[in-house]
Amino acid sequence: MKKNLLKIIISVVAIFIIGTFYVSLKKTEIYDTKNLVGTNLDNFELNSLNKKLKINQDLVKKSQYTLINFWASWCAPCRAEHKYLINLKRNAKNLKLIGINFKDEKKNANKFLSEFGDPYHYSAADSKGKVSINFGVYGIPESILVNNDLKIIKKFIGPLNQDEYTSILNLTN
Amino acid sequence: MLSNTGITLVILTTLLSVLIIYKSFTELHIENNLINKKIFNLVTFQTTFSILSFFVLIAGFIISDFSLVNVYENSHTKKPFFYKVSGAWGSHEGSLLLWINILVIFSFLFLVFTKHNNKSYLLYTLIFQNFLILGFLIFLLINSNPFSKIYPIPLEGLGLNPILQDPALAIHPPLLYIGFVGSSIYFSAGIASLISNCRDKFFAKSIKPWVLISWSFQTLGITAGSIWAYYELGWGGFWFWDPVENASLMPWFVITALMHSVIVLEKRNSIYSWVIILCLLTFTISVTGTFLVRSGILNSVHTFANDPSRGLYILIFLSLMIFLALAAFFRYSKKEEYNFFLKSKETLILANNWFMFFFLTSVMIGTLYPIILEVLNDTKISVGPPFYSAVIFPFVIPFLIFMALGPKINWIKNKYSRILSNFYILIASILLNLLVYFFFGKYSIISNLIIISSIFLIIHSVKDFFIFFKKKTESDISRIVSHLGFGMLILFIGISHNFTVENDFNLKVGEEKKFSGYQINFNSIRMENEKNYKKIIGEFKLVNLKSNLEEILYPEIRIYDQPETLTYEASIKTKLSADTYLTMSNISRSDYYNIKFQNKPFMIWIWISAILIASGGFIRLIKIKTQ
Amino acid sequence: MKKIIFIIIFSLNFFNLNSDEKTKLHFEIYKNIRCLVCQGQSIADSNSEFAQTVKLVVKDKINEGKSEKEIYEFLISKYGEWIVYKPQFNKNNFLLWFFPYLALIFGAIIIYALIKKKENNKVN
Repeated sequence: MKKNLLKIIISVVAIFIIGTFYVSLKKTEIYDTKNLVGTNLDNFELNSLNKKLKINQDLVKKSQYTLINFWASWCAPCRAEHKYLINLKRNAKNLKLIGINFKDEKKNANKFLSEFGDPYHYSAADSKGKVSINFGVYGIPESILVNNDLKIIKKFIGPLNQDEYTSILNLTN
Repeated sequence: MLSNTGITLVILTTLLSVLIIYKSFTELHIENNLINKKIFNLVTFQTTFSILSFFVLIAGFIISDFSLVNVYENSHTKKPFFYKVSGAWGSHEGSLLLWINILVIFSFLFLVFTKHNNKSYLLYTLIFQNFLILGFLIFLLINSNPFSKIYPIPLEGLGLNPILQDPALAIHPPLLYIGFVGSSIYFSAGIASLISNCRDKFFAKSIKPWVLISWSFQTLGITAGSIWAYYELGWGGFWFWDPVENASLMPWFVITALMHSVIVLEKRNSIYSWVIILCLLTFTISVTGTFLVRSGILNSVHTFANDPSRGLYILIFLSLMIFLALAAFFRYSKKEEYNFFLKSKETLILANNWFMFFFLTSVMIGTLYPIILEVLNDTKISVGPPFYSAVIFPFVIPFLIFMALGPKINWIKNKYSRILSNFYILIASILLNLLVYFFFGKYSIISNLIIISSIFLIIHSVKDFFIFFKKKTESDISRIVSHLGFGMLILFIGISHNFTVENDFNLKVGEEKKFSGYQINFNSIRMENEKNYKKIIGEFKLVNLKSNLEEILYPEIRIYDQPETLTYEASIKTKLSADTYLTMSNISRSDYYNIKFQNKPFMIWIWISAILIASGGFIRLIKIKTQ
Repeated sequence: MKKIIFIIIFSLNFFNLNSDEKTKLHFEIYKNIRCLVCQGQSIADSNSEFAQTVKLVVKDKINEGKSEKEIYEFLISKYGEWIVYKPQFNKNNFLLWFFPYLALIFGAIIIYALIKKKENNKVN
């Protein structure tokens, strides 16, 4: 009697482990910080890239939606997504764009913006990169869509593509 | 042409495996006690073809035959000869061919070296081993063929990852495979033993040499991997509790338990069922490990390229194996008489098994839990070194004490002088530990206890060694050597772990910095061209401010172009007392270089201890051979 | 006399500790944080952009006086539990921490049962 119970337990454990392996084979999710979606932004403060203002969460509260974009002049994929940012500035009516220049030099950042266009309503500088950690950023480019309650609606890892651009337009209209 | 030769040889090996299974089955029903010469011939041919196919692959690498996809993807004309050869088993497909070869060679050796007084046991072992061989051959042919062709033939290969061009890493797979793939033979023998009812002492004697071989090589293989990690990966550590590392450590725990249990079974005719369980468990865990590594479900520095289809095949194979093992065990195992005396050697060997089981469970749950959690709960967690240290380290203390006292336990007479001598040894251990404290500094209570118990084991082993030397009695020198090695290993790991001095800072060429009792000068930097890479060499002068010892170190940044990779070569100065370890890496968009410095006491002794442990196994093997 | 020497040696060791202890604490924490863009390395071992940035942030927080636990909690709130190598003690990971000890107790029970059986057989 006891022996049969033991046999059943062992068989169940074996089946469970094999089943788990099988399911995890099917799942191939890459890590992303989706756990932040739905939470609120922490308060933050950065210096503006060129002007003398402070960029902080109050600016985010003023607009119905804000897209916070982390970028740098030395980042090649940032150039690739740039046209979408320009188009967003033009077409997304309820959306303001804040650009956070990451671990860059002011003159290189300004050169980039003058050469390729400035899609940002506000530009901030995070020269050591430390503030990006508060946003859960781990690579650039990354973009975070928030509403005026500082709630994170969506996170975009890597350069924006056509689909993501369209989804931002839809979400903010 | 090589491709066709290779594939033909593999297909021939496959056909022979089928034939061997068939012939063995028919032989089982023949009433004599001789094994037909035909089976020997079939197995010999199978082994020959299998080894030849592996040589064909190696040949392909040596002559840089890029018509073979495997050679194209993993080699390069400019690669040094030694690494061209080792590239043959460096890829998934090549390593699979090596895996098959080990299965085949062990099958052959088992047939040749096992006494033939039990035909059905031998034949069943051959049958099951060949089922395993067949399974892997089919996997190779269908999914992971090292001989598949590419057309048009490329002019140059894609090169092998430069981190893999290292001597320790080159021998690491063959060593490990002899270890945990070799365990297949006692997996098959275990099932054969159940079915043919050849049990107890006979079975123990039959598998003992194979258990010793696989254990010793597994120990060496793990050591080689750690040596590679230490010298090549540039972080100064040698064990990260990475899932792939754990996949090689888990079989080691089981084989160690098995090795000790076989000793008991050989002498006492008890715990047969437990020995069978361990035999079945070892290879099962080995295949599970290979599943985890090659399927892509784990994130690790060590993974081969990911491919879920491989994972699926291995999982199916693993399931069939587990089903077969469980079915055979449930159907054929019988009720046993256990004869355990509480203070006997058997009970202490059970204690060894108990600890091994605990260590195995800890490592297994740490490795598998993230996978299970992600499937059930969609949460991703990491289980890393802090978990394993916290769970396992405290239990090393009683384990070491058992290792020291266990082998002595059957000396019932002179009980009181025994206790007194143990007391003296304990005092000596505590005093020596105070010496460590005096030279190095303070450290945690647990570490103190670990060091004390490791010294305790060392003193006991050395004492036994002198007794053996003086009296030349038939004492188990192999046990003394391995236990001494283990005590030393824990001692030196403990000291190194607690008293490594490390520092991390940024410097520009020409700058100097004082830190932790050292002064370092970044003297210069120069660029050189090697055969298949460019290197930036930094020259650093390091002065130990307390001892005034000066060392010049040359860490490198290597830029490979086939494929384009950057690696960091640590500059390591090894002395008996400590290693000085320096790595240099560039900081993008800056003139600064990031320098990581470590002073690691007694590192070389860690490798010496590990090799000593393995030597014990080899000594025992030689003893068996000469009997 | 011996006691005095012992006390002197003991206290001499204390003076070496301060700056080395601080570095050790830094490294303890770095070794527990995963480099998210690497294949299985801690930020102590990696030199990626991410690793360097997080090291700066951790250094700041240590200087602010934050405890180890607070630093990990901060990072977990931003990056999820995956970023720390020591699994937290919560209802998710409860089994992870207890299972090995369960196995230990289970093994002890079996060995005890086996020995008891022998004792019973002896009596009979």
